[in-house]
Amino acid sequence: MRVAAGARIAAPIETVWEIASDPSRALNFMSGVTRWEVASDPPTGLGARYRMLMRIGSAEVGGLIEIVEWRPPHDFAWHSVTGLDQRGRLRLRRGAGGRTRAEFRLAYGVAGSGLSGWIAEHVAAPSVQRHLGRSLTQLGRLAEQEHRRTRAARGSAVRT
Amino acid sequence: MAQMEIAEASRRNGHVKDPPPAAERRSLVRSVLETVADQVQLRIPRADLDERDPDFIRERLPLLWLLATIWFRGEVRGLGNIPDDGPVLMVGNHSGGNMTPDTLILTLAFSAYFGVERPFYQLAHNLVLSMPWLSDLRRFGTVAASPANARRALEAGAALLVYPGGDYEVHRPSSQANRIDFDERKGFIRLALAQHVPLVPVVSIGGQETALFLTRGEGLARLLRLDRMFRLKVLPISLALPWIVNIGDMLGHVPLPAKITVEVLPPIDLEAEFGPDPDVDEVYEHVTRLMQQTLDALAEERRLPVIG
Repeated sequence: MRVAAGARIAAPIETVWEIASDPSRALNFMSGVTRWEVASDPPTGLGARYRMLMRIGSAEVGGLIEIVEWRPPHDFAWHSVTGLDQRGRLRLRRGAGGRTRAEFRLAYGVAGSGLSGWIAEHVAAPSVQRHLGRSLTQLGRLAEQEHRRTRAARGSAVRT
Repeated sequence: MAQMEIAEASRRNGHVKDPPPAAERRSLVRSVLETVADQVQLRIPRADLDERDPDFIRERLPLLWLLATIWFRGEVRGLGNIPDDGPVLMVGNHSGGNMTPDTLILTLAFSAYFGVERPFYQLAHNLVLSMPWLSDLRRFGTVAASPANARRALEAGAALLVYPGGDYEVHRPSSQANRIDFDERKGFIRLALAQHVPLVPVVSIGGQETALFLTRGEGLARLLRLDRMFRLKVLPISLALPWIVNIGDMLGHVPLPAKITVEVLPPIDLEAEFGPDPDVDEVYEHVTRLMQQTLDALAEERRLPVIG
């Protein structure tokens, strides 16, 4: 099953990337995510691993994931190592007027689970979709707030 | 009168056989039951921890998830209280008759949270494991309840789930739904002490609302010697679908879609809390009191039976 959500963020791509790629801030914007722990050294970049869980229905599902693509400030993608089969991607692109277009994609499932797996994936899809949408909204708020703060700091520096 | 005389004459002539005396009938019933009991004992699989199959569990998780989410609206809190690795003894209250929805929901939650790679075993009554249609339970990590199996699982570094109340607690009447009742079974404490593993209490609510449990039928079980032959202390009677009147619950039942909530409590290090040689009775009182308090709090949250 593949779900995706998109948003336009009124902040530069670099600011959005800085927040989104920082594992210590993942729980600040990722909706439904109950755990996002660094499980590797280094904590970010290609090959970094995280133990993540997202509450969907009656269970917290997820597992160990690994970053398989890392292109600052545009893309990072991950694959599951253990747990639920998943492939996720956060895709950022420069928009007009210094804005950022953001897209969150997640493909998930359990190989070999047959009909029950197919039904479960479809039943879970609206919840996952909602979590992705909210995550982008919250990421946008954080980035826009950070951008405003930076601009204000720059403005006061010029005045002094 | 004439008929009685004719009957007596027929009996004397050997046309009609005397019915077997009561004692003979009882011994016939007993021998049949003992044969069945022997067969059941033979069917109980040797506990082989290697029968647990992580791939099988993983492939069944979506089905468990559907049942837990849609039918039981399951909610599990505090899974983070379970130590991330190493052996741990989880002690739960048991509800819902032989369908035990609390086990289903906890197995799903544990496997999704820690991954199917983490060994996780559950102790179950011998009869459960001897039923051919439940043979897949062994692949989920269910092993026959015995001290030896429990020890083996913990020595292998696994998480082990035990229900000390067992068949006694799981069939308690609905009027006692929100009561922790382990029937004074304290083996789990001796096990945790002997293996030096943390004890994690797990409290669930809602399972006893999946049918109307009328009585455990302890007297009936004694009369039929089920306790001696099958280690069954009860022969429960409930009102449940599709049987309406369900005696024994051997074939299970369709559980009502009651909301099940499970709360995992912080681990208890028995030696740290009670000293190097703790009094088992004191620990039992402590653990059951803690679980009862949690169950009372969960019961307060519920507004209506089944709906939650």
